[in-house]
This record gives sequence, structure tokens and C-alpha cells, in this order.
Amino acid sequence: MSMRGKSAIVGMATAGIGEAPGYSAMELLGQAAVAAVADAGLKLQDVDAVFAATSSHAFPTMSVVEYLGLKPKFFDGTNVGGSSFELHLLQATMALDAGLCDVALVCYGSNQRTAGGRLVSMSEPQWHETPYNPRHPITAYGLAASRHMHQYGTTREQLADVALAARGWANLNPEAFARGPLTKDDLLSSRMISDPLTKADCCLVTDGAAAVILTRADRAKDHHAKPVYFMGAGAANYHRSIVAMPDLTTTAAVDSGPRAFEMAGVQRSDLDLVMLYDAFTINTILFLEDLGFCPKGEGGRFVEDGRIAPGGELAVNTNGGGLSCVHPGMYGLFLIAEAVEQIRGTAGERQVDDCNLALCHGNGGTLSSQCTAILGSEAAL
Amino acid sequence: MTHADTKGPQATYEDFLAQGKFMIQRAKSTGEYVFYPRVTTATGATDLEWVESGGGGTLYAITVNRTRSGSSNVALVDLDEGVRMMSTLPGVETAEIGSRLTARIENEGETPRVVFDLAKGDSA
Repeated sequence: MSMRGKSAIVGMATAGIGEAPGYSAMELLGQAAVAAVADAGLKLQDVDAVFAATSSHAFPTMSVVEYLGLKPKFFDGTNVGGSSFELHLLQATMALDAGLCDVALVCYGSNQRTAGGRLVSMSEPQWHETPYNPRHPITAYGLAASRHMHQYGTTREQLADVALAARGWANLNPEAFARGPLTKDDLLSSRMISDPLTKADCCLVTDGAAAVILTRADRAKDHHAKPVYFMGAGAANYHRSIVAMPDLTTTAAVDSGPRAFEMAGVQRSDLDLVMLYDAFTINTILFLEDLGFCPKGEGGRFVEDGRIAPGGELAVNTNGGGLSCVHPGMYGLFLIAEAVEQIRGTAGERQVDDCNLALCHGNGGTLSSQCTAILGSEAAL
Repeated sequence: MTHADTKGPQATYEDFLAQGKFMIQRAKSTGEYVFYPRVTTATGATDLEWVESGGGGTLYAITVNRTRSGSSNVALVDLDEGVRMMSTLPGVETAEIGSRLTARIENEGETPRVVFDLAKGDSA
């Protein structure tokens, strides 16, 4: 059964993007949730379903419910890393469509920058990897990048093009954490951390929270003048540890993408905005290939010459991405927040013209869980 | 009730390593090799036996983790039996992907581990 057009995002907010000293992860999440509920013209008590995943709560839905004083009748804390929230959109839509709930809150919060400045992970070590001291996630992404370079001739200059494009967009986004001039030389002379990835190939470590409110599509206009409709979503997962990834140059997005496109009934060429989970520069290249924007192996050449930068052919990661805007550990909900902003037409200087259809591709673990969601305006329905 | 077998696949593998043997699993019915050791193959075969790995492999991917206190490589190696494992090449800073490798058991740390050297005659 297709979930196309069955729900809509009618409230959205972020909080503490960048640095939020003095705030806990739950306080930031709470601020985003309260603001998203207000954006939807609802009261907190109207929320009767909660979808959440964080890096700091073993039972995130319980913690959210208690903190906000909610009494939901449906909840789902599926944790597939940064891709959790693209999946939560699908789960929330199914629950709404089944009549199990009426108002769904999808939320996330983290203070990982001010709490320690390091990536916080609840990830347990894998016994067959431990003797070799991998420093995940970067070791895994370094391995994937090494293979892509070997197999397809992808270069460090092309990785730098990805970071350069992200910074170009961030410079148009007043909320982005990393703004300012950045040259290819700056990028290429950055400190090597896990060959072939340098510090400049890694996402930011920031604080930040985000929340969205979904209702069934038929009542969406009661809550927001410009609902952002759920068009489709698909998920795929083959592995947990990088060692078990069948082919390090091809992610499960090759399956999640077509599932999402099929449900949404749209073509790649219909998309106005592409939001890809850029935890590392190699991600953007892999997902452009796996979602079909270019043939396998051509991702490096695809991003050359500013093709995904402001003014380029394809609008990718217009908030500045995990590389230059925000990455508090699990970035997936910020992809959705930017898509909502763009489809509403409220993205300011970085606004994509006539943005009616956006793809949000979430990645979780070490290129493990892949979840693709497609959102659209009323015109796209 | 006590679980029937003596030990699970992980502990059995680690015991073999402590005895100086690099053993991997193979399903008798399908011939599939399995690594890391587990209780089933992906096709559902559970008649797994332990066989000694030939120790030959090819470098599939490699990264060098660089820290201020030093650097070491982390490699993914495709064994000739057709399974992939994480390992390291302690003798070199890094190596070219596709290099032929030979396994050995290293006993320097707290627990023994399988590491790889560039195969003799392969200077790639």
C-alpha cells in the first residue's frame, strides 16, 4: 500500500544549531519540539505519537514523553543512526494513516559540541574489529574512500569540491555554523586524519535540535498554510560493520532510492532539491551515484566545477550540509528541516526557485542503514 | 538447562587463535565460507565446520589512522576463501590496494590477532 500523500509536515523548528553552551541535549530537543508544535498551531498536549532517536538516550521516546509531559498512544524509537528520522517519517505516516494517532512529533537533540566536542556514540565495539583499533566512523569512511579512489580514480580534489560546495551554500545560510571564505588549497592542505580523508573531509561537531509535526494530509491545511507533504520513502540495510559491507563503493541507497521514487511516483529529474547525508565528503559522491544522478564511479567527476554549489546545475545540501552547517551526531532530521524550509519558500538567500519536490537521503552507522524520503508541496501532489 | 555445545563460534575462533591456528568456518552442505564466525550462513546453512585458512589474501581497502601519538593502518582483506576481514599490515605504513598478502598470527598484544604481510614476490 502506498503512503503517498497520506501525511504532511505542518510544523518544523530547530534549536541551538551550532553552539548552545549551558543547554542539555533534552533541553534543546524540548525547545525545538515546543516551537514545532507552535508552528503547527497546536498545543503540546495534542501530540499523541512520538518518534525519536538520539545518541545520548537509551530510551529516547520515554525520555521525550516524560520531559514534555506527553501521553502518546503510539511511539517508535527505532535507532538506525543518522537515518532514523527519514524512517520515522514513514513510520509516522503509517501510524497516522492507520488511525493509531493524529499528531506525530519527530524529534532529535544533542549538545555534543559543548558537552565534549567529540562525536558521541552509543555504538558498541565489534569484537572482530576491536583488535585492529578502528576509529569509527572515520576509519570506515576512509576505507570506503580508498576503495572508490582505487576503483574509479576519484581524487582528493574531487572530495574537496564537495566541501567547497557545502561551504558555498553555508555562506548563504545565516544559521550555518561554519561560514566564511574557503579555498581548494585550504581544503587540500588540511591535516590528514584517516587516509585519504582529512579534517576538511569530516562533518562538523555541533550542538543542535530539530523537530517536525505531522498530521494526516486531509487536515494539514488547518495547521499550516503550506503543508509539506510526504510523497514516499524507502529503506535498505545490508550490514552493521564496514567489514560486512558487500561492496564499499555501493551503498544500500541503490535500493532505498528506487523504493522511495516508486512510492512517490516521481522521477529523479522532477526533483528541485537533493539533501544528502554528508558526514564525510565521500558520502555525497556515493549517494549521487547510488541514487542515480550519475553512473557508478562518476560521482567525483560529477561534483567538479561547482555543479552542486550555489548556481550549479543541481541544488544539493543547500543548508551547508553536515560539512558546513550542522552535525550534532545524528544529522538526518536537519535534512528534513531544510527541505521543509525550501518547499515553504522561506530559505532566504539560499532559496531554490520554485522548490516543490525534495529528496532527503539519510545514512546511518558506517554506510549501513540507508533511508530515502521524498517531500513535496501541494503542487507536487 | 545448559546450552548444548561447548562454546559459541566467537569463543571457539579465539581459542583456535590462542593455539596458533587461523581457522574459519565452512558449511558442509553448501561449501560457503563464513567470516567473522557465526551460527549460520546467509543462506541458512548451519552445518558449519572449522577449516584452517590458507592465509592468502588480497588487499581490498586500506586507511591510515593518524594521531599525534603515531599512526597505524586498518585494512580490509579478501581471503582467498572468498570472505573479508578487518586486519592490519604492521610491517608497512600503507600498501597498494590489490596487493597480495599473507596472514600470520601476532601475539604481541593482550590477545592474539591475525595480521598480514605483503606476500613475497609481490612488491606492489
